Amino acid sequence: MTRRARLVLSALLSHWRRRPWQLVMLLAGIMLATALWSGVQAVNAEARASYARAADQLGTGALERLEPRPGTELTTADHVALRRAGWLVSPVVEGRLRAGEGRVAVLGIEPATRTTLGTAQGAAVPSGDLLAFITPPGQGHADQATAAALAGVDLGGLTIVPGTDVPPNTLVVDVGIAQRLLARGDRLSALVLAPDQPAGLPPVEGIVPQAVRAQPQGRADPAALTASFHLNLTAFALLSFIVGLFITQSAVGLAFEQRRQVVRTLRALGVPLAEVLGVLAAELALLALIAGTAGVVLGWAVAAALMPGVAATLSGLYGTDVSGGLALRPGWVLSGLAMALAGAGVAGARGLVRTARMPLLAAGQGRPWALAAARGLRGQALAAVALMAALPLCLAAGGLVGGFAAMACGLLAAALLLPVVLDAVLRALAARVRGVLTQWFVADTRQQLSGLSLALMALMLALAANIGVGTMVGSFRTTFTGWLDQRLVAELYVNARTEDEAAAIRDWLAPQVDAILPIWSAEASLRGQPGRIFGVVDHPTYRDHWPILSAQPGAWDAVAQGTGVLVNEQLYRRARLALGDSLDLPGGALPVAGVYSDYGNPSPQAILGMDSFTRRFPDAPRLNHAVRVPSDRAPALADALRVRFALPDSAVSNQAEVKALSLRIFERTFAVTAALNVLTLGVAGIALLTGLLTLASMRLPQLAPVWAAGLTRRRLARLELARTLVLAGATAVYAVPVGLGLAWMLLVVVNVEAFGWRLPMRISADLIVRLGLAALATALAAGALPALRLARITPAQLLRVFADER
Amino acid sequence: MNARWLLIALLWGPLPAAGQQDGFAGLGSDVEGFALPDPARPLAFPRDHGPHDAFRIEWWYLTANLRGDDGRDYGAQWTLFRSALSPTGAQSGWSTPQVWMAHAAVTTPDAHHVAERFGRGGIGQAGVVAQPFAAWIDDWSLGAEGGADGLDRLAIKARGSDFAYALTAVAEGPPVAHGKDGYSVKGPGGQASHYYSQPFYRVTGQLSLPDGAVHVSGLAWLDREWSSQPLDRSQTGWDWFALHLDDGRKLMAAQVRGAEPFVFGSLIDANGRVRPLEGADIALRPGRGTPPVSWSVDLPGEGLELTVEAVNPDSAMTTSVPYWEGPVRVGGSVGGRGYLEMTGYPLD
Repeated sequence: MTRRARLVLSALLSHWRRRPWQLVMLLAGIMLATALWSGVQAVNAEARASYARAADQLGTGALERLEPRPGTELTTADHVALRRAGWLVSPVVEGRLRAGEGRVAVLGIEPATRTTLGTAQGAAVPSGDLLAFITPPGQGHADQATAAALAGVDLGGLTIVPGTDVPPNTLVVDVGIAQRLLARGDRLSALVLAPDQPAGLPPVEGIVPQAVRAQPQGRADPAALTASFHLNLTAFALLSFIVGLFITQSAVGLAFEQRRQVVRTLRALGVPLAEVLGVLAAELALLALIAGTAGVVLGWAVAAALMPGVAATLSGLYGTDVSGGLALRPGWVLSGLAMALAGAGVAGARGLVRTARMPLLAAGQGRPWALAAARGLRGQALAAVALMAALPLCLAAGGLVGGFAAMACGLLAAALLLPVVLDAVLRALAARVRGVLTQWFVADTRQQLSGLSLALMALMLALAANIGVGTMVGSFRTTFTGWLDQRLVAELYVNARTEDEAAAIRDWLAPQVDAILPIWSAEASLRGQPGRIFGVVDHPTYRDHWPILSAQPGAWDAVAQGTGVLVNEQLYRRARLALGDSLDLPGGALPVAGVYSDYGNPSPQAILGMDSFTRRFPDAPRLNHAVRVPSDRAPALADALRVRFALPDSAVSNQAEVKALSLRIFERTFAVTAALNVLTLGVAGIALLTGLLTLASMRLPQLAPVWAAGLTRRRLARLELARTLVLAGATAVYAVPVGLGLAWMLLVVVNVEAFGWRLPMRISADLIVRLGLAALATALAAGALPALRLARITPAQLLRVFADER
Repeated sequence: MNARWLLIALLWGPLPAAGQQDGFAGLGSDVEGFALPDPARPLAFPRDHGPHDAFRIEWWYLTANLRGDDGRDYGAQWTLFRSALSPTGAQSGWSTPQVWMAHAAVTTPDAHHVAERFGRGGIGQAGVVAQPFAAWIDDWSLGAEGGADGLDRLAIKARGSDFAYALTAVAEGPPVAHGKDGYSVKGPGGQASHYYSQPFYRVTGQLSLPDGAVHVSGLAWLDREWSSQPLDRSQTGWDWFALHLDDGRKLMAAQVRGAEPFVFGSLIDANGRVRPLEGADIALRPGRGTPPVSWSVDLPGEGLELTVEAVNPDSAMTTSVPYWEGPVRVGGSVGGRGYLEMTGYPLD
């Protein structure tokens, strides 16, 4: 750097010494934008890495498999027959095991043949004691968290070896041990095919006619299933990033404007324009790097705080296993810094261009900048109209991306229109109000609007997002609790450990209860997706309470007679079924008699009459039962059951416990959303504070005459604060319809695409009032400092305005 | 002795460390509870053609020196290893503590094709029965053909990703027992195995290679061995020769490398009479290279001075436990051919 460049830099940097708050705001803007963006990116990257790890290590993603046709099974003998014919296959047994509140995936592998599947799968063979691994009681491999979750579970003496190379929430055991843990008899879930098979083998169909080849992409891929969730997070992050940029831009723009004099002086002294611009750009880049680094560090903290919630959400909504930990990825750090630089560049571009075009002798002031911003109102209105026009197109495009694009269009248009609407309202108000002070207040508010519009837009976006997501979650919660009440009717739920025990429990319970309802189920492929089929007995418990969305007349009769099947909403929507359509099922197709809601379950599901079920699935484990008994007798009966059959506490649960557990899982599922909401609102608050602080320094020339006309500083300060509150209040009112529109889109478009269920919208006045108050509180907090400074300003400073008058 | 000392179970442990600390492929580890070779136990057929589950390791090991219709030399290997993870346990089902491993190879003067298979005992994927004799894993098999007695007439099949073979072997002499009536001592500490061979096979069949099928004929040698702790902890590997001499004699010569090489062997005449050989009877001197693919094998007492040269120096078995195994040509005082196996050397 030349000596002159150093001088230029120190002249320009002196600005920040005089206005440290502006520097803080600029840095805070970039830092917050980077932090939220990169935090969410880190979360997404971690989740994707978990999916990839699961796919690699379990062989679930990459390799073709042979799976039994519906209603048939694969056994060890089939595995041997294929191996003896020369096929390189390795058996797997897959299932889930209840562990406390959650379920742990059990993966049974066969280490000897698994080595022939190729390196990625071979690596998944746990190293260690093979004898202990394959012989009862067996040895399981699981990560630390899963091992801890399984600590109290009865695994028949299985020892668990904690390891780091096991996918999250998964217990890897030998195939024979898995058959025992999951009570599978001699059945296998699938045979994984090695990618390179010897030439000239006899066709598989001749050896295991009951098997079908499942292409890896044909099965549920967690990455695809959860794409919507990650898109959702990314959208939130982008929103926060944009709000952060608003802060940055208002700070940068003001700094450029206020340094016009310095720039003019420098150029008058002979410094070339290119050098001034270069130093300004370098300064901005340096600040962006500093703030970006801080943002990446903060983002890391945000991600670390969010990750457990994200893991809970993914497992709650999609049944996907993601580790709650976080790994540092260099690419992530670099992309965070790049976003910071790009954001600062976008925010600073206008300032640089203006400085480049600035006539050498033009006066520097805050006002021209603010006035120029006001000229943009018409352009903003036009852009908003264009975005509104694009919205239906996005919706028509359909799909999740279309839904999100429509939401983005709507939100941006609403944000751009906000200053236009506020300006119009103030203009109309100005014509009506009486009294000098009020007229001045309205006119001055309108004049300030341009300087605050970015901050108000940020606040509006944050509020709308909060209302939208809050309404969505609230609607979901209301629907979900109602659904739980319908679905969990039985007083007790009993899980036996063996079929013998289950039969003994049935015999023992029969004389003392109103009804014993079997909850027997089997895994099956439903319209090509892995799902579950339940068998139910004909009982008023189902007829009167089951959460049916729509059904043909006599649907329950059809189910009971084995001439109809009920499907859950997910299957109904994804497979685009209609009532009466025929649904392929193991053991023969049946017409769809009705649809029921099934929240919180990512997979397709169907319900058959018990006779029909046992005929089609004679080997399905008959372990779980619901018990109808007068509710006052339920606790005593639960205790008696536990004692009589030496059942563990978890084997008998009453309705209230199950409900509480379900609701707890539900709340955990949306914890991340709540956290992001609060963060966005916080960022908007900072944006407002920045805008007010920067405006405050420019407003003295307007306030000094009012003060000179007799208004006390204290009164002025109160008016300033009131103005902030009025603007924030107006913004909050404006945000309500925008937020409700957002909620509607989330419920009707995004949820259906992402989860396969549509929820009725429940508007919560409570939520809206709370958020309105939050907006006012935010404005109060943001406006307090500038108002306080105004109240304490010395008369000399106000007088200097007149002395400095140019 | 051959790659027979490979121990499958330890494939699941960190191999290099096992190789260094516990002899080659962990063969020096403990034998708690397993049956031990007994010098008083005579061999009995067909019983001993079958598996001995109480012993920790066992193998059925066939090597064939072949000449193709195209005039080129070939080698074929078919090996099945049984490893017991525990001396007791279930006899059938997934919890059976028996694990099987197999290697197959075809060697040409310029290529070496290798395949490896693993399987669990107790489910039928791999196993051996004594009568009628059958050994198999997946679609590889070594078994009595056409109701033949014992090991007299075998059909041999194996397949890899780039090769396959189908051979028929007919024995033209009796099985022979090594050591003292099949009790073969392997180390200075008295480690031993039960060990017999059928070295008198005449073989015909077909090799399927990337360049096409070749009809072949030649000689084969079957080794049967079982034990529980064949190596001393300090022994790191071995060199093993099974040679068909042109005068009709067969020579098995081997050394286990350790602090002091432990040398042993058998010289078998054309009628199957065995002369056991001990340390001083055999002089094995490696040529250059690691592993050395040329050797001199001298039996001073017999006036035999042999040179042994690999048909294909690059006959490394790129299996989970790598070793070198391939056909050799014999020159010197009498011509011949055979197989050489070298373990415990660093391989690329």
